[in-house]
Amino acid sequence: MSWFSDFLTSSIGRKVVMSLTGLFLILFLLVHLAGNLQLLPFLAHDPAGDPGKAFNLYSKFMTSNPLIKTVSYLLYASILIHAIQGWLLWSKNRKARGNQGYAVKVNKVVGTNSFAASNMGWLGTIIFIFLAIHMYQFWLQMKLGHLPMAYYDGVEVKNLYSIVAEAYESLGYVIFYVVSMVVIAYHLNHGFQSAFQTLGINHHKYTPFIKWVGKAYSILVPLGFAIIPIYMYFFM
Amino acid sequence: MKLTLKIWRQKSLKEKGRFETYKVEANPHMSFLEMLDVLNEELIAKKEEPVVFEHDCREGICGTCSMVINGEPHGPMGGTTACQLHMRHFKDGETIVIEPFRASAFPVMKDLAVDRSALDRIIQAGGYISVSTGAAQDANAVPIDKDTAGHSFDAAACIGCGACVAACPNASAMLFVSAKVSHLALLPQGKVEAKRRAQAMVKQMDLEGFGMCSNITACEAECPKGISVENIARLNREYLSSALGSETVA
Ligand code: SF4
Ligand code: FES
Repeated sequence: MSWFSDFLTSSIGRKVVMSLTGLFLILFLLVHLAGNLQLLPFLAHDPAGDPGKAFNLYSKFMTSNPLIKTVSYLLYASILIHAIQGWLLWSKNRKARGNQGYAVKVNKVVGTNSFAASNMGWLGTIIFIFLAIHMYQFWLQMKLGHLPMAYYDGVEVKNLYSIVAEAYESLGYVIFYVVSMVVIAYHLNHGFQSAFQTLGINHHKYTPFIKWVGKAYSILVPLGFAIIPIYMYFFM
Repeated sequence: MKLTLKIWRQKSLKEKGRFETYKVEANPHMSFLEMLDVLNEELIAKKEEPVVFEHDCREGICGTCSMVINGEPHGPMGGTTACQLHMRHFKDGETIVIEPFRASAFPVMKDLAVDRSALDRIIQAGGYISVSTGAAQDANAVPIDKDTAGHSFDAAACIGCGACVAACPNASAMLFVSAKVSHLALLPQGKVEAKRRAQAMVKQMDLEGFGMCSNITACEAECPKGISVENIARLNREYLSSALGSETVA
């Protein structure tokens, strides 16, 4: 094996892959949230007009801009690599732990959330299932184009808003979505700071700040996502 | 004080183990191991097999006394090895569950004794200095700033007990390896071979079947010597700069 594949398959190399793809996905969540917030009428540019206009134009931009298209392939790759590598880590770690568990086990940790830290595999699995449903429901429909059309100033745009609004009419779906956001919040709560530690970034001056940002991020971003279906279900 | 003990008994590596319940009368001033000695004396008097557990220094420096007491490696007291844990920290009439360290890389040999030679093999892979460093007066001539010496000394406090592995949900040995790598890499004499050392020790750690670190920090919480996960970040830096940034291939 070459030195590079040795590195990538070493325990630390595998973790670095998790860390880098994870940080990229963390960054992507912000971009995604910025788009979703345009679903809220009071945040869209034209509060009085078509409620879907801002969101639809944004989706059109995101799916046609060549630079964003290129980055999106990086995103798909990151999701897959993070999921597959994560699953590999999880199963290897279970093997390392062995079949015979402890009869009594106290879970003490230092400076992280014990539940999140020790359940990243389960949390990730739930997120993966959520993503599969989520991407089938919206992303695939957008790509394959079985969507109604909307017209803004004579330009034909896929009306992604219509299927989003339709999905958010179902209470069951809204609950599923909100629960998934809670799961993401826990996953981020540990994942954010863990990504830095894996890269070797642990510093007396900066780590408290990184942990603080991570905590705030893990609460605010999933909350931002969750507010949208809740608002649309009750007020629109 | 009267105690009920639930102890993992296992005849050999191959055989299946199970919990056995014992009653023992202990004195609050005894150490945990002395309490087990009392139990073993009674078992021997009754011509029963005594409970096998490992111990050597009984003063918290050798790292031999491995056992999980009520769900925590080395028991409930922070910064304390099992041999330094005193019975006054338990309540009269309490039931105490005692299990061996569990990890695939630490097979149970008998009762509470596990084979931790995997840690020795990691040390053999590079946890030493092979260049000539001279005698004591030569070391004194090397200027080292106080903070760096302090960090190195903190890492050097690791007694190689393996509690970090036992506590970790992934059975990862990263805290141990990071303590050894940090201890040497921070000092001028150890820096010389730091690049090869980091790669060689991580490689051996992976070969031994320890899990991969997901920064849960259970290791630091249970380490009897208070080794910090800051050392794991340092190991990651050492490994990354060595594997990606140097010509060394171990
Ligand atoms: S790091 Fe702590 S728990 Fe791990 S072997 Fe060293 S002293 Fe024991
Ligand atoms: S017997 Fe040596 S540390 Fe406990």
